[in-house]
Amino acid sequence: MNKWYFSRRQLCIPYGLFLVCFVAAPLIVIIYYAFTNGQGRFSIENLSDFFTSPNTIGTLAYSFGVAVVTTCVSLLLAYPIAYILARSKMKHKTAVLLVFIMPMWINFTLRITALKEILTMLEGNLSYYPFLNTVIGMTYDFLPFMILPIYTTLLKLDNSLLEAACDLGADTLRTFVKVTLPLSVPGIISGIVMVFLPSMTNYVVLDMLYNSTYIMGSLIGAYFAAYDWHNGSMIALILLLIILIFTLFTNRYADEENGREVHLSGKENM
Amino acid sequence: MAKKICSTVFLCLMVLAIYLPILILAVYSFTDSANIGTIHGFSVQNYITLFTKPELTQMISGTLLLAAGASVLATILGTLGAVGVFYAGKPGKLLIGSLNQVPVVNADVVTGFSVCILMIGVLGVDKSTFIPLVVGHVVLSAPFVYLAVVPKLKQMDNSLYEAAMDLGASPAAALRKVVIPQIMPGILSGFMLAFTLSLDDYFITSYTKPATFDTISTYVVNATKGSQTDIKTALWALSTIIFVVVVLAVILMNVVDDRNMKKAGAEDEKKKKM
Repeated sequence: MNKWYFSRRQLCIPYGLFLVCFVAAPLIVIIYYAFTNGQGRFSIENLSDFFTSPNTIGTLAYSFGVAVVTTCVSLLLAYPIAYILARSKMKHKTAVLLVFIMPMWINFTLRITALKEILTMLEGNLSYYPFLNTVIGMTYDFLPFMILPIYTTLLKLDNSLLEAACDLGADTLRTFVKVTLPLSVPGIISGIVMVFLPSMTNYVVLDMLYNSTYIMGSLIGAYFAAYDWHNGSMIALILLLIILIFTLFTNRYADEENGREVHLSGKENM
Repeated sequence: MAKKICSTVFLCLMVLAIYLPILILAVYSFTDSANIGTIHGFSVQNYITLFTKPELTQMISGTLLLAAGASVLATILGTLGAVGVFYAGKPGKLLIGSLNQVPVVNADVVTGFSVCILMIGVLGVDKSTFIPLVVGHVVLSAPFVYLAVVPKLKQMDNSLYEAAMDLGASPAAALRKVVIPQIMPGILSGFMLAFTLSLDDYFITSYTKPATFDTISTYVVNATKGSQTDIKTALWALSTIIFVVVVLAVILMNVVDDRNMKKAGAEDEKKKKM
């Protein structure tokens, strides 16, 4: 053997080290902080505090509420858009699709600012309908993430299946319910993953629309501002667990290409 | 026919709902009014403020500089990682592949918070060195570069690399001259992705940034809490400029794509004839 030779697989060493240092290590640090108290001793107080305090449980429930409603509204708006675009015989449908997903390249805080001005004009005072405004804001922010995965799955739909259903006597509605909808489930699941988790944690949208109720993300922000890293880590850990359960549950249905990478690259799959 | 009209109307209404706020803000950015709803005279004062007030210009250039730096680093790391993993054994593939998924599925709040605790709480790095901020942004975007490059590697024609080696190229040269050009589209789209992710980020920035530094996101959030109307309306101008830049970029991308597609089509024709 010669002293040292270049091998292609060695190229992954820097990235591997980077991931271990800045992705794996922070997770371990979070677990450590979550289960210790201010004196550095092992404690499950942070955990029991979270599940016994009505405030934190209320926050968890409220975030779930916001996330569920936002996800449903986005799905109800995104599915028809994706369906019409994917099934249409338009010449420039990728261009039309771009019109719908282009907002995600504009900084989201600026988009929410624009929305805020309009809502203030329409409602007079934003504090009348905090929940409604939050859902509108989140839907406005996350809609493209729901449209793209559904569009991609619908585009891949095999047309001959629809023709077969038609030949066998199914009407349009029946074909949709029995063929199109089941086959688009992977896209729907990817979309839900993309929208549900951010709407549990993106507290900036609430802040900017003057909704002072906390969601899970705001708890981390508040503990961080108070230098309470132990309780903050516990919230982060709980969020991680929710994400883990969610991913395990949805992996069975999801497409190979999972949400965020698809939609952000956008052009890739058109 | 009625169905077609219905769906067209629906699409138009959705486009209107999506763009109306941005467009109204764009119109009002050219007036001297501080509130939407009242019509005032034409003015470009907002644009003058945007480009002359030092805190605004510094914030914009800081955002761009950070996004450029972080996405270059992310592109180099992510691309090397993807190429290395493509040829690596199973354990390496599994380790890097699964760690790579973590920032992708994780909530940005959690990513930002955990990087901050590690850097500041455990390693004791000072936030004013910008190291936590850049590391945070690379953590956020490198996994997406990796994911953009991997499919291109799978599509690559492996025999070309072998041929280059047979013809006497060193592995490094073969990599540089044969592999990299083939995966270039993936690297570029990964870079674009990293750049836009970094521009759009609020959470990781707010947990790791030096106290005196602001990106567009953190600045806008602070400005909505403040009461300075000249800054508020200058941000309308910023939103309009970004909107125009995004529209132009999308059109440009489409034109280039069209041209490439036509070129590829022509080449296919040629091959068929041969």
